[in-house]
Amino acid sequence: MSSKKILVMGNEAIALGAIRAGVRMAAGYPGTPSTEILEAIAKHNDGRIHVEWSVNEKAAMEVGAGAAYAGARTLVTMKQVGLNVASDPLMSLAYIGVKGGMVIVSADDPGPISSQTEQDTRTFGVFSKLPVFDPSSPEEACEMIGEAFEFSEKYQTPVLFRPTTRVCHACASIELPEAMQISEPEGFVKDTMRWVIFPRTSYLNHIRIEKRNAKLSETLSEYKRNFILEGDKKKGIVTGGISYAYTREVLPEGTPLLKISTPHPFPEELAVRFLKDLDEVLVLEELDPMIERQLLQIAGRRHLPVNIYGKLTGHTKNAGENSTESVRADIERFLNPAENAVSDELAADAPASDDIPELPVRPPVLCAGCPHRASFYAVKKAMKGKKAVFSGDIGCYTLGNAKPLDMVDTCLCMGAGVTIAQGLHAIEPDAVNFAFIGDSTFFASGITGVVNAVYNGNDIVLVVLDNSTTAMTGHQPHPGTGKTIMGDVAAKISIPAILRGIGVERIYECDPLNLNEAVNAVREAAQGSGVRAVIFRSPCIAVSRSEKCCEVKQETCRKCKVCIRELGCPAIVTEGDSVKIDATLCCGCGICASVCPFDAIGEVNCHE
Amino acid sequence: MNKNCLLCGVGGQGVVLASRLIAYAAMEKGYFARTAETIGMAQRGGSVVSHVRIGERIYSPQVPVGSADVILAFEAGEAVRCLPWLKKDGLVIADRRIVKPVTASLGGGNYSAEEMTGYLKKHADRLILVDGDAICREAGSSKVLNVALLGAAAQSGALGITPEEMLDAVRKNVKEKYIALNEKALMLGRKAGGM
Repeated sequence: MSSKKILVMGNEAIALGAIRAGVRMAAGYPGTPSTEILEAIAKHNDGRIHVEWSVNEKAAMEVGAGAAYAGARTLVTMKQVGLNVASDPLMSLAYIGVKGGMVIVSADDPGPISSQTEQDTRTFGVFSKLPVFDPSSPEEACEMIGEAFEFSEKYQTPVLFRPTTRVCHACASIELPEAMQISEPEGFVKDTMRWVIFPRTSYLNHIRIEKRNAKLSETLSEYKRNFILEGDKKKGIVTGGISYAYTREVLPEGTPLLKISTPHPFPEELAVRFLKDLDEVLVLEELDPMIERQLLQIAGRRHLPVNIYGKLTGHTKNAGENSTESVRADIERFLNPAENAVSDELAADAPASDDIPELPVRPPVLCAGCPHRASFYAVKKAMKGKKAVFSGDIGCYTLGNAKPLDMVDTCLCMGAGVTIAQGLHAIEPDAVNFAFIGDSTFFASGITGVVNAVYNGNDIVLVVLDNSTTAMTGHQPHPGTGKTIMGDVAAKISIPAILRGIGVERIYECDPLNLNEAVNAVREAAQGSGVRAVIFRSPCIAVSRSEKCCEVKQETCRKCKVCIRELGCPAIVTEGDSVKIDATLCCGCGICASVCPFDAIGEVNCHE
Repeated sequence: MNKNCLLCGVGGQGVVLASRLIAYAAMEKGYFARTAETIGMAQRGGSVVSHVRIGERIYSPQVPVGSADVILAFEAGEAVRCLPWLKKDGLVIADRRIVKPVTASLGGGNYSAEEMTGYLKKHADRLILVDGDAICREAGSSKVLNVALLGAAAQSGALGITPEEMLDAVRKNVKEKYIALNEKALMLGRKAGGM
């Protein structure tokens, strides 16, 4: 074996690259596919890095900005929709700039696999006028993030770094780059004209930024990660991000290729060198037709006689992920349009594979024993036959929308359930409007909505599903857990105390696994007006694993399947005619026992 | 050596760890490796697929359709779902059991293990069906299916990784108190793989 390589996930590669670049501040908010970056920084922290899960992305961006003002290399991490939350500080920070290098990682999620939108951080780069780095693989990301830090520091601007899911969650054999020698942060140097944003300075900064970006376009034409693979054909491919990897798998011999690693500012001179000898170009990219638009502008501006194809022309699909297969098909159609028109028709006529048995769909579900199931069921039972609307939010509990629970009527974005419920109720006051929100989401962006309700006298039943963790993204601590990302003990911020402080007078706290108590609490909370809060407190089963489990007493069971129809718990299965509980999945939450009309389910001790 | 391996199952079965162990073993032999994993919302009881690619000039982290040398299936129906990835003459190693999703328990369709294994027998060029139930019972844990499947794969030779190399990868990556259990599972898997 040659040099020592390690198998590293893309997100960890980004973290290790940032550490080698001398990062001293790392702040973020969890969000798939970005979460593991900050966790990996914490894991490899030698004690010199301030690492924190900030309360949300806006807070992370601002904490990061402060550190970068003081001259420290700073990393801020989030997913693409998190960048929306952080966009207020970001837009202004783009004008102000930084002193220490500041890299903002915003991970995009084509598909989307785990997100609300298919938005494109590269487009955010154009909007905010910030440079964007777009890696194609974990090993490239590891080196590129160091270059992004140097670039940021050299031009005193924050830069965006945009991996996508297939870079974040892929692993590769990586040889770690040498650690950079970075001097200690200088500290904050007062300078009103520089650090205080004013209309007058913003006007001047705007001029400066436009001038700088024009110059950066020239500089980036020489950046080694923007490059041309020469070919002899008159038809070429332009690509970037993970689509570059798919393209290299299938690129026919002799086809020229342009790889774009900095989609903004676009390396125009390099693109002109590539386009000038070609007749036709196909752009392969995910999300927005970002590269395609840039090429169209360049071809127009420079009067280049080249046709540019991609999403805008219908040559590639305009939503969802690319794959080696999709890219292969796109390239074949592009290179041999006549032949492929025929084979496409044939393919459409060909019968879908003959005898494949019907396969079950496996939508994500709440885990067996998940306390959210109990909470939703309690509310459902309490409100049976009454007019009620259930606004949900972002987290595992969005899965409460699935049948048979069917308890999430709206879901928009972080914290929106609390406020949407208020708007719904204002127009339809005879309904009881519930807003479900998880503990981490409550801290991230739920509190403002509660203040809004109390202040405006809006009527809602707030249901806080407190499972003592940020579950969906892999169990990160948050302000209510009493722990930090570094494992240190922290002040434990109390949700009922916050609610009382805001002025919520009716607060019911209970364990959702105690079904009767939970149903009664909801019934009481549903009465009256103003903000009423129910706090369902029970830890996530993945965090505090139970030793208990339940069992169906076969001699008592009447096979009515009420437990299955009411709860949809993955541990309750049918075997032939009979109902059984899978002991490996069951946590003994006992909700099925409460639901069974014949007392046929009981708790047993089961140690493996 | 270029090898592509697809691992498929249901969230929570240990698919990710198995893919990492294959990559680790390949890297110990000096090969470049890539993997791609399912993380996030899809893990909650959803179909899970891990890709492992070993060798030179590999760009995509995912195995292209029709090019898997081996499919390691932790669930028979997931093997059927992933069969388009198998290359001609590729090998499928699958647990013969199925895991019923909630949707099936709620009354959707007749999902049967026999139908799945029947389809695999008909369509996979080379197939090893593993009795995961018996292996887990004999090993004394329901959590060792992943390592047992690795044992079968190593025994078959289809990954270019020997049983000894796989054993080494298990020893170096599994928590100390679980090593003996996993060694046993690996051996049971090797027997299932034709030792």
